[in-house]
Order: sequence, then structure tokens, then C-alpha cells
Amino acid sequence: MEKLELIAKGAEADIWRDIDWNGKDVLIKRRVRKLYRHEDLDNQLRSYRTIHEALIMHRAKRAGVPTPVVYQVIPEEAVIVMEHINGEKIRDVINFVENEKRKEIFRIIGVQTGRLHKAGIIHGDLTTSNMIKEKTLIFFIDFGLAELSSEDEKRGVDLHLMRRMLISTHYMLEEELFKAFEDGYRSILGGDAEAVFKKMKEIEKRGRYVEREDTMDGDA
Amino acid sequence: MEKEEHLICLGIESTADNLGVGIVSSDGRILANEVEVHVPKTGGIHPREAAQHHSAEFGRVLEKALKAAKIRSKDIDLISFSQGPGLGPCLRTGATAARALAVYLNIPLVGVNHCIAHVEIGRLMSSAKDPLTLYVSGGNTLITAYESGRYRIFGETLDIAVGNCLDTFAREAGLPYPGGPAVETIAAKGNQLLPLPYIVKGMDLSFSGLLTAAILKLNEGQCRLEDLCFSLQEVAFAMLGEVTERALAHTKKHELLLTGGVAANKRLRSVIQLIAEEHGAASKFVPQKFATDNGAMIAWTGILAYVSGLRTDVETSYIDSHWRMDEVEVPWRSSN
Repeated sequence: MEKLELIAKGAEADIWRDIDWNGKDVLIKRRVRKLYRHEDLDNQLRSYRTIHEALIMHRAKRAGVPTPVVYQVIPEEAVIVMEHINGEKIRDVINFVENEKRKEIFRIIGVQTGRLHKAGIIHGDLTTSNMIKEKTLIFFIDFGLAELSSEDEKRGVDLHLMRRMLISTHYMLEEELFKAFEDGYRSILGGDAEAVFKKMKEIEKRGRYVEREDTMDGDA
Repeated sequence: MEKEEHLICLGIESTADNLGVGIVSSDGRILANEVEVHVPKTGGIHPREAAQHHSAEFGRVLEKALKAAKIRSKDIDLISFSQGPGLGPCLRTGATAARALAVYLNIPLVGVNHCIAHVEIGRLMSSAKDPLTLYVSGGNTLITAYESGRYRIFGETLDIAVGNCLDTFAREAGLPYPGGPAVETIAAKGNQLLPLPYIVKGMDLSFSGLLTAAILKLNEGQCRLEDLCFSLQEVAFAMLGEVTERALAHTKKHELLLTGGVAANKRLRSVIQLIAEEHGAASKFVPQKFATDNGAMIAWTGILAYVSGLRTDVETSYIDSHWRMDEVEVPWRSSN
């Protein structure tokens, strides 16, 4: 283990880097045991998410979205060994690039999200922390919460998460960046995109008061 | 202004089944915190019936609060009220009372966001400075923290609140009111984890499918109620824990505050404590009478808002039953 370097201690997983894993520079993602949840539930979640993540990463690549290469999966240890992408998180670079470049990045993110959705993949945690820029490519990472679906509802949630993260993290740029994102997304999904945007707005409005709305009488 | 050095604010809370009148001074002393709960005879809260309860009880609760605070109405400098989010008819009852008092006493009126008030009284009571807050109740489930002028929402329920999920399940299972605590008591005797849907979408949560699945299992009658309550809690709180932990990792806050009605649950407290420890943050809890809906939180937040120059004109003091906390500027936080 001494040649391993812990490079990220995420909420869900630890990520170790091994620069010589059978001659390759890799990241080893290990979903860690969560003491706050029931052991059986914890094991189920970790092993299921590990297998699922690897499958979906592969599928995303087929749809034209850059993702790290998966070298090995060890479900019972909740481990994935994958290619190390040498780049920077979009979250960290976005405030430091010029405006036009920034919009272009978000257009590409929109295109790639469109490709995922068109291929029936919902990312599930579409934030700027989960996108890495390496040279000309923007890699999508962390498919741990991804699922296979083509429902507008789920696509809408993906977009809603993206937009919400923009508001909470890049709030000053939210409007124009989301506009660029929409343009890219629309260029892939065409006519289907509008229904997703509509759903996203609906989800935003829905917020927390669904149950209450149902029983509310004549409210302003 | 000499008076601003020591203000007394009377706050009215009436977003749902609780009617609260609190009296708080600007040095953070709680002079009174009277709460009357509307308990429905059957089913859940009926907004109109709850509103009727609040309007019938208001005079009495107000009197109790003034008595407890040992003040007279002329000692009050400011009226604040819960302007949203919540049940329209209930909110309107509180707002009407607040307007009447402000006009009658000829003092300023301040409308307060209910969710922000939960965070503010939580900070006051737990001495948390800048926490990430998990606010869980019958009507709200959200994870929030202050960032650049506002309380940002980092995660929330996409459908029903976790408290609503527990309460509705309890009602279906014929457990006594209040449902959440009854589920907790029975869950303590359970030990077998039954499969139930675990739904986390990025940073957001969904409890309606979990509720439906739990009710289906209940009606099938193939498992012990103890195990079902246990599993329902384990799954719901693991979901809350996951999103809270990720928000904590993302925001890098040093304090984790738990508040709202469901904060009384010991299992949920232990989840929060474990997560805080894991991330080197301090876990903060609020005495339960200030964690559930109460008037003191509205009064205290009214003071914070008033001192930073915020006022609400009676003419435009409409309630907003969908008022999101992240729409509100909180100038009192910018200095600390």
C-alpha cells in the first residue's frame, strides 16, 4: 500500500492514486464503510454502486462522452481501478477563465449531458466537481449515482441538479452559463429537449410542498 | 436611536399545526415561547381546520405569552410573523393577527421566512456560528448553509418531507399521535433490515416511494411491525445522512446543526453525530421546543432582520406559501 497516495477523501469514497499499477497510472476508488448506516444496507449500496458505476462509465464512452477507462472492478471490496485523468475540475477553473471560453465549456457540458441522456443514462450527480478538463476534453466522472432511464422526469432532475449547483456555487454566472448549457443540450436532443426543460422547471417549483399543495384550499 | 439598543420583538408562528407566540429581546433572551398544537381528530392536518384553531386560540396564546414575559403590549417594539412557506390558510391567520397588532400598537412589522427562522434560532440556542443545517420536519426536509448573502439549499426533498413519511406511515399502521415518535419507539424493538427503496438523486431526496413501499409491506402483513419501523427509519435516515455528509464535504463547514421536529429522533441524532465526527465538525442540537415550530424563532429572526434595516409594509405583507429560503437576502449574516 505504501506506493499508494490518498488523493481524495470524498463523502462516499476514498480515491487512491497508484502511478504504477501494472505499469499504468491509475485511480483506485474505494467506497468506504459508513458507520452511520446499517451494515447490510451499507454493503448492498456499496457493492451495487461499484458494479453499476463501471458499467455506466463504459456505456457513456460509447455515447461519445469522455470517461476514464475502467481497468478492474472488485465488487465485494467496492473497488474500481480506473485511468487517472490528469486535469482540473471544472468547479475549480470556471471562475478563472474568460467569459467566452467559459460559455463554450458549458455548451460542451450541455452537449455531453445531451449525449448521456440520449443514450439512456442519467448521471445522478451532475455537478461541476464531477467534470474534469484535460486538454481539449471534458471528462465526466463519478457515475456512482447514475442510472439507466429515458424518462423526462429523471432527465429533468439531472438538469435541475446542474442548475442548482450553479446557483449555489457559481451564482454570479448562473444565468449565462445555464443558457450555454441549454444550447448544447438542445443541439443533441433537438425537439425532446424542451420537454426536459419544462420538467426541470416543474421540479424546481415542486420544491418541498407537494403534499401540502394537495390539501391546500384556495391559496394565493 | 436609543431604543434600538434594546428591542423586544413579538413573533407569530402559524405555518402548519402549531400556533406559536414568542417574545424575544435583542440580546437573545427568550422572554416567552408559547405554543398551541392543533391535533386533528382523524387523518393529517386539514389546513382550514388548523387555521380555525389558530384564529380561535390566538388571543389566549398571546395573553399567555405576555404574562410569561412579564411585559405589557406597550413594551413591544416590533411584530414579526411567519410569512411562508407553509399552509396558506394557517399562514394567513398568523399574518392577519400580526398586521392587526402592528397597526394597533403603531410599531413596525417584519415578515420572516419560516425555514430561515429555524436555522437562526438553532444558531442562537446551540451557539453554532456558521453551520451546515439539516432541517427535518413534517413539512420540510432540506440541507442548507450560508454562502454569499443567502442561505443556499444544498439538498432537499423532491416530494414529501421525511416527517410526513414517518407520520403517514404511523397513521396507516394505526400508531398513536404523534406518529414519528411512535415509529421510533417501535423501531427500537426491530432488528431485521427489510428491503425498501433508497432514493437519493444527486443531492436531493425522495420519500414518497419509500412511504408507498412501506405501506405495501405493512398491508401484506408478512413482516413484524417492529422490523418495518426499524427498516423505514434506517433507510430514511441513511438517505438523509448521505446527502448531509456530501453537503458537509462540499461546503467544508465546521458545524453540523440538526433541527426541526424530526430532530427529536435519537437514531437520527446518532447519524448526525457520526457524520460530524467523521468530518471533524461539531454536531449541534437544539432544545426540542426550539427545534419544532415556535414563535420565539420568528421573534428572534424578526429582530435580526429589523436591525439590518428590513421592514414589511402592512399593505404588501402578503403571505407566500411557497417562499423558498434561498430567495431571501440575509444581511445580518454578512458581518460574521
